[in-house]
Amino acid sequence: MPSQIVSLVVNGERREFIAAPGVTLLASLRESLGLTAAKRGCAQGACGTCTVLVDGRPEVACLVAVETVAGRSVRTLEGVAAGGELDEVQNAFVDCFATQCGFCTAGMIMVAEALLDRDPDPSEADVVEAISGNVCRCTGYRPIVIAILEAARRRRGAVSR
Amino acid sequence: MAKLRGRGYASVNYPTGMNLGGDPSQALIHATTTGTFVISLSSVDLGQGIKTIAAQCAAETLGLPIENVLVDTADTDTGPHCMGTFASRGTHRVGNAVIMAAAEARGVMLEVAAEELEVDAADLETDGTGFIRLKGAQEKAIHITDLALAAHFKHGRTISGRGIYLKEPSAPVPETGEMDPDSCQAHACTAAVVEVDDETGVVEVLELYNAYEIGRALNPAMATQQVEGGAWMGVSHALFETTEPYYPSRDHGPHDFAGYLMPGPADIPVQHSLFLERPAGNGPYGAKGIGEMTANAPIPAIANAIFDACGVRLESMPFTPERVLRGLDALRDT
Ligand code: FES
Ligand code: FES
Repeated sequence: MPSQIVSLVVNGERREFIAAPGVTLLASLRESLGLTAAKRGCAQGACGTCTVLVDGRPEVACLVAVETVAGRSVRTLEGVAAGGELDEVQNAFVDCFATQCGFCTAGMIMVAEALLDRDPDPSEADVVEAISGNVCRCTGYRPIVIAILEAARRRRGAVSR
Repeated sequence: MAKLRGRGYASVNYPTGMNLGGDPSQALIHATTTGTFVISLSSVDLGQGIKTIAAQCAAETLGLPIENVLVDTADTDTGPHCMGTFASRGTHRVGNAVIMAAAEARGVMLEVAAEELEVDAADLETDGTGFIRLKGAQEKAIHITDLALAAHFKHGRTISGRGIYLKEPSAPVPETGEMDPDSCQAHACTAAVVEVDDETGVVEVLELYNAYEIGRALNPAMATQQVEGGAWMGVSHALFETTEPYYPSRDHGPHDFAGYLMPGPADIPVQHSLFLERPAGNGPYGAKGIGEMTANAPIPAIANAIFDACGVRLESMPFTPERVLRGLDALRDT
């Protein structure tokens, strides 16, 4: 099978690139498009650090063959800080000390974005469930859970204002 | 059949740094034309926060805002030497080296300021907001940006400094084995509250109380991160992690990340952490190392709590349901 030109809408912008057959969405983002926020932790769908949103849903990009999502809309961490300003989730991660080495952070934030898009007022159990596919080796998870709940609070505050 | 609660504690003394053959770290610092002080290090920040600590130590010593400090740990080939990120040594070694480098740079900074302001350098002070000024005369002051520009373009001076901290080698005395192995020792105690299900053997850690004596917590929020993240790793080692569950047989060993057990976000204990601060004489602003010790005390504390809960004394990690049940069976047999 020859390589083909794949087109994606990445962070709101149409991007085209040449993809070898079977190449993953993760490799395409990192190597063809230079978007390195999504990380390759395990390459087998077990750690969540490669999580990006495909049409708003979190997906482990290491398990997605890029040609299967051709034409779809992909959101990565690079698309979260609109105009270079950190959003509520990112700011809450900073303020709640929810990151240490940072390797899990991009995936955690993308999962949180998807959660808050669909449920602006999640319970603690909802947050725990949302991040349960994402491994963090540093923080012990608690600060991440607190940060996501704090981000939800801030986002609701911003909406009601 | 019941869920049995137990409480246990364990303490740890932990050395800061090592000295086999000597343990040095260096730091270089220089001001850019606009008064940003760049610290060059080969030390690696892998999430423990050495860049933040180095910046804090430099800002404190220079008397400038932390925004004026930039830490560059880019390249271990070209940077000044560092032994590495291990042995809980980073804050102690690198902090001390940075303080030494920043003190030299501060000396030059004040000399150039003295020339600019036509006063004696000994009469100058920093105000922590970016100004160098004459003691007792607020209006006689110069901002670091103007000062750095003047140093470069008028005075031909580099505002810079060199720092090194060396823990000297110490060979053991052959007769006694006596030596000086570390720079100081930090101390900690963890109390664990667990629940043991005597039907399934599952152990749940409900709460951890962590008390740490680490000299001075240069950044209390980051120190708390280390304590609680490390304690989580302790829980993980105590209850879940192993590559060889039936050593020496390889049966049931994990083959990949998916099969390697670790606690997830739903398995986290509530943690309560506090610091006792007794500054170490040779530490940077009194700090000792904290990195590695944080995973230590939780493990024996959990083992003791399991014993308290159900009488089973486990001596091999991880404390799996199978081991707990075998222990309970053995108790029944006796
Ligand atoms: S790299 Fe995709 S889940 Fe680990
Ligand atoms: S911050 Fe290091 S893995 Fe989560």
